[in-house]
Amino acid sequence: MFRQARWDEPIIFEMGNPGRRGHIVPQVEEEIKEAVGSVETILPSKLQRKNGLRLPELSEAEVVRHFTRLSQMNYCVDLGLYPLGSCTMKYNPKINELLAASASMTAIHPYQDERTAQGILEILYKLSRWLAEITGTHEVCLQPAAGAQGEFLGALMMRAYHEENDQLEERTELIVPDSAHGTNPASGSMAGFQIVVAPSNENGCIDLEALKTTVSNRTAGLMLTNPNTLGIFETEIEEIAGLVHDAGGLLYYDGANLNAILGKSRPGDMGFDIVHINIHKTFGTPHGGGGPGAGPIGVSEKLEKFLPVPRIASSHESYYLDYDKPRSVGKIRCFYGNAAVLLKAFAYIMSLGAEGLEEIAEIAVLNANYILKKLRKIAGLELPYGEGRQRKHECVFSVEKMRKECGVRALNVSKRILDYGLHAPTTYFPLIVDEALMIEPTESYEKEELDRFIGTMKRISHEAYNCPQTVLEAPQNAAITRLDETKASHPKTMRLSWRMHSKRTGSS
Amino acid sequence: MKEIGINSIEELFADIPAEFRLKKRLGLPYPTPELEVRRHVKGILSKNRTSTNMPVFLGAGCWPHYIPAAVETILGRTEFLTSYTPYQPEASQGTLQALFEYQSMICELTTMEVANCSMYDWASALGEAVRMAARVTHRIEAIIPKTTHPERTATLQTYMKPIGVDLKPVDYNRETGQLNIEDLKEKISAKTAAVYIENPTYLGFLETQVKEIADETHDHNALFIVGVDPTSLGILQPPGEYGADIVVGEGQPLGNPMNFGGPLLGVFACRDDMRLIRQMPGRIVGLTQTLDAERKGFCMTLQTREQHIRREKATSNICTDEALTAVAAAAYLALLGPRGLKELGEVVISKAHYAMRLLARIEGVKTPVFDSPHFKEFTVNFDRTGKTVRDVHKQLLQHQIHGGKDLSREFPELGETALYCVTEMHSKADIDQLVDALEEILTEEES
Repeated sequence: MFRQARWDEPIIFEMGNPGRRGHIVPQVEEEIKEAVGSVETILPSKLQRKNGLRLPELSEAEVVRHFTRLSQMNYCVDLGLYPLGSCTMKYNPKINELLAASASMTAIHPYQDERTAQGILEILYKLSRWLAEITGTHEVCLQPAAGAQGEFLGALMMRAYHEENDQLEERTELIVPDSAHGTNPASGSMAGFQIVVAPSNENGCIDLEALKTTVSNRTAGLMLTNPNTLGIFETEIEEIAGLVHDAGGLLYYDGANLNAILGKSRPGDMGFDIVHINIHKTFGTPHGGGGPGAGPIGVSEKLEKFLPVPRIASSHESYYLDYDKPRSVGKIRCFYGNAAVLLKAFAYIMSLGAEGLEEIAEIAVLNANYILKKLRKIAGLELPYGEGRQRKHECVFSVEKMRKECGVRALNVSKRILDYGLHAPTTYFPLIVDEALMIEPTESYEKEELDRFIGTMKRISHEAYNCPQTVLEAPQNAAITRLDETKASHPKTMRLSWRMHSKRTGSS
Repeated sequence: MKEIGINSIEELFADIPAEFRLKKRLGLPYPTPELEVRRHVKGILSKNRTSTNMPVFLGAGCWPHYIPAAVETILGRTEFLTSYTPYQPEASQGTLQALFEYQSMICELTTMEVANCSMYDWASALGEAVRMAARVTHRIEAIIPKTTHPERTATLQTYMKPIGVDLKPVDYNRETGQLNIEDLKEKISAKTAAVYIENPTYLGFLETQVKEIADETHDHNALFIVGVDPTSLGILQPPGEYGADIVVGEGQPLGNPMNFGGPLLGVFACRDDMRLIRQMPGRIVGLTQTLDAERKGFCMTLQTREQHIRREKATSNICTDEALTAVAAAAYLALLGPRGLKELGEVVISKAHYAMRLLARIEGVKTPVFDSPHFKEFTVNFDRTGKTVRDVHKQLLQHQIHGGKDLSREFPELGETALYCVTEMHSKADIDQLVDALEEILTEEES
């Protein structure tokens, strides 16, 4: 029987004792003290912190024990299957971590002379060329910190393009499918576009007829994931691209599902003008409990001039930062991107090579189709949309039938999966599927691990139909039982920091 | 394949139209064994000259600080490293509690009541903060000092352009660097959504008129946004005490390496005011209880602000953030504690002043350029040495020293000036080495 660690670990502010310390900062040398005097003489009194700083006071051992206990209450990729659809939770090779931890990576400053940073510049330059090759784009910019920032930048590229053609004022609409990731409409709207939703057809793909009525001279562009969030390849991509391009719009590729087509097909060849890549999905860098990732974008030749500065350039075997790009949209962050994350992707691509990347797509798709085949036989699970259509890297099941027949919802199924020591799929997404369970196994798991997941789903279905209470009360074996999320968000009961908590309970 | 009834893998890709099937192998390296990857990548990286080989006097938004071994040990926990965003709170209590503790520590440092669990970096946090102010106030202008980090200003401009918020730069006093209050009064109006300052400023000095600026801002019902280097807050008055409504900053120096400028950690905090909280960007972790009220627990909260629920009406598009760097910051702050952070501030400010004092003695060198208190960074002007910053730094490299950031293009009005940074990483010997090298470089030419 699986049991997740369940420490009754206090909040760090409740721990420790005054005067205890976990790290000693080096002291100022006597000569320096003599030369400059005390801090009070350097710093005018009115600028000084007067009220004590309320941080915890702990020994190093206490701090390490605290965070180690906390870590044990986390599920992670190194523990088992993480079938989160659209999140591509694959194995994170250890060699990449080791390389990123070396001082020749960690101890370099972004503003040090280019001649002293040739190593990292070479890696970033080559990686950008490899990503351009993989996506079939002309130039790649590595700067975005995450996929959503890549999307924002992509939408800014659209603005810059239409602005150059004096059409920005008319082209106010950005089209996103109803099955799109939430970041697509959010990024488009951040970049100042109105979002127009394109409906899916019974195959779960963009409804071409409906799209024809949506596309117009107001269209700035279309954002699309291919394969889409149902795991289905948009086979009418040529028509879609033609429609958008003929109307003067640009085509944006959301790279969340790129893993499915690595080495098989390239967004640039399909007609996409802008492509973002989720390094932390497709290229195996760890998610870190939410980040850091990296979200480079690749663009076609006509958009290259709009990319942020600096561009990493090469001449005669040496590498430099090129700021001379007058048409650039400017900066979207400081410095050049999440270099340490990008280094891991460099090592990942080098390890696998062209052959290995293609094999990734093959096994990821094979695994998804194996799960699909097995789960279809399970009572209460249905596969809406695209009857007879192949799935790529993921599949979306609906437990609507189970909900109707025994009151068990996607939420309950996912919580029950946690009880069996596995992670839940993505739930309630895409929005076009009721009671959705979105499953992406990736290439990282063997048949045995997939069978463990399939067996778990079978048991849960059996429980739902025979003793639904067990499923409804899940999880019981995770670090904690179901939480009161309403209380967490209510203005009267919310506790967003220890300070707010102390203030509201009057204990400070 | 047998189970799903296919004979070849190719059948799985049969629905991709033939014209979009890649006909060739990707032009990439051949698969490489681990040993060779290790040697090859290490070989390329060895071309970098790091701060462990030679002292680096660079800061400007990414600072060299010591990272306690325990921080690295904690971040090495695979459960923190290889877990996903905590959408399933029951199986993610570790990350959630650590992030709640990070948020809480940021609130203590800044004396704000709410912090999110990370933005990409200071620059994008600033972009989001001003957008938030524009939403809260329904106004279309923002005021920023001319001394703001140029990359942050550029990022802010990018974030403002689509929503049409106009940035009004406010001048600074050439002698002291302090914000020109008269110019601020001229530019602030009923259209101003926010006034932003940095403290310590990009140019290293401390802004001493914070209270006046806050009052001026609030008199116009605008929001006061303060950008901070959190390592300064052990000794400096926290922004919440002088009227900040939103605090942003760079959390990298709290236990995260420089990494050539990324990943970083965008700090974002605000006052306990629902008008503000509802408009905050980013993920926020809250303390709550189990449904049966038996135990405390943590979950992501106020998610109706976020893109996966609110889509185009979300307060921000941010999804993947910098969570692990925030865990590093929480571990770092827990190790240092209140005394450690205060002492860190004292060490840094003492060493920076020692360096300034010695450098100022060199013929023709003026440091600091501004007659104001400084923290860990300071301006060094070479105008009267007859040399450019560029030349000086080229020669410093030959002395195995990374000089400061060249400001001559960003701030032409300051002439040949560089921004130097000194932290606890710099021993007295390192500082003396810099001084000796500069003396040699600058006097050599004259003789």
